[in-house]
Amino acid sequence: MTEKVKIRIDGEVIAATAGQTILEVARTNSKYIPALCYMEGLSAVGSCRLCMVEVSGVARLLPACTTPVQEGLAVTTSSEQLSNYRKMALELMFAERNHTCAVCVSSGHCELQSLAQDHGITHIRYPYNFPKLTVDTTHPRYVLDHNRCILCSRCVRTCAEIEGAHVWDIAGRGIGSRLVSELQRPWGEATTCTSCGKCVQACPTGAMAEKGWGVEEMTKKKAAVSRLTSMREGQ
Amino acid sequence: MDKPKIGTCWLDGCSGCHMSLLDADEAIIGVLKKADIVFGPLVDAQEWPVGVDVAVIEGAVSSQDDLKLARTARARSKVVVALGDCAVTGNVPSMRNGIPTRKLLERVFVEGSTEGRGVPTDGVPALLKQASPLQEAIKVDVHVPGCPPKPGAILQVLTDLLEGREPGLGGKLRFG
Repeated sequence: MTEKVKIRIDGEVIAATAGQTILEVARTNSKYIPALCYMEGLSAVGSCRLCMVEVSGVARLLPACTTPVQEGLAVTTSSEQLSNYRKMALELMFAERNHTCAVCVSSGHCELQSLAQDHGITHIRYPYNFPKLTVDTTHPRYVLDHNRCILCSRCVRTCAEIEGAHVWDIAGRGIGSRLVSELQRPWGEATTCTSCGKCVQACPTGAMAEKGWGVEEMTKKKAAVSRLTSMREGQ
Repeated sequence: MDKPKIGTCWLDGCSGCHMSLLDADEAIIGVLKKADIVFGPLVDAQEWPVGVDVAVIEGAVSSQDDLKLARTARARSKVVVALGDCAVTGNVPSMRNGIPTRKLLERVFVEGSTEGRGVPTDGVPALLKQASPLQEAIKVDVHVPGCPPKPGAILQVLTDLLEGREPGLGGKLRFG
């Protein structure tokens, strides 16, 4: 049985179903909360910290994508505090790797780039890390550029949960974390990869792309990947 | 009263940001009615003059000369504008940052060259270990990202600064 609850988002009373997360309720009611690691149709992991919201009566901020709603919950989706933290999270992503937007296949269609613009980021306040990272071009159709990876793990979850192949994982810890295919085997040699390309479509940046596209030419079909989950519901 | 002074320079960049400024076409005349351009690739002056009001700097800080010019411009100007992605983020010039300078120069000038092999030393400034965004070398007051920033954005920044307003660009510009 689905229990109905009433919550407030930015003061507006909204009807929701128990078990839904704050982010799901917000999105179905056209309330905007930014997010990068969240993708419709995938499990939520709460790692990018962009969907942090204020919940009345709770001293700390909570990620909207992993917090279930309950009766009487009152959520604030935008404030100076939230905007500061979201900017900080985005700037740290830019500082951590080499996101050279000007020469990226996804420029103009990149979720990281457009979120930075939405948040009015004109420069990064932190020193750049400039790590030396590799580009895996071993797959015949796709390319993985670690310079542009934000470790959102959307590809990992897409491959494991939708395709059922689980080629991808995150190895290492902290700033040394890297996306790996099949226990560090190059992508082109990964025997479990079905070459379906859904990981590429789910990637929010230019970290994963189809080969053969030039700067600004790669557009992703994220919604098509999300749709697979909704089509399978009830089966 | 003298007109306000604008100085522009181009460090490790491709001149595209200066081209974008020129792409403002006749609107540049409007800027010149309000200010004089006293230094830059379009001007004869050999040294960054004292008493510049707005310094517009394109490019990353990559060499000893870049660093010297950036510091001079900072010391002699009231407001410093980082123009374009190279000045703001390091952009393409910073793609060499993972490679040791010596290796990089040898790869290009020794392994990669068939004629006149050897790393040039005469008349070229020494490269810094890394190409940095301008703000890691000097204090920057206004950042204008873009590769290149649109002519309209550059004009708006210049006009705002010359008329004593804080340039409001947040949300209008993106990297790349």
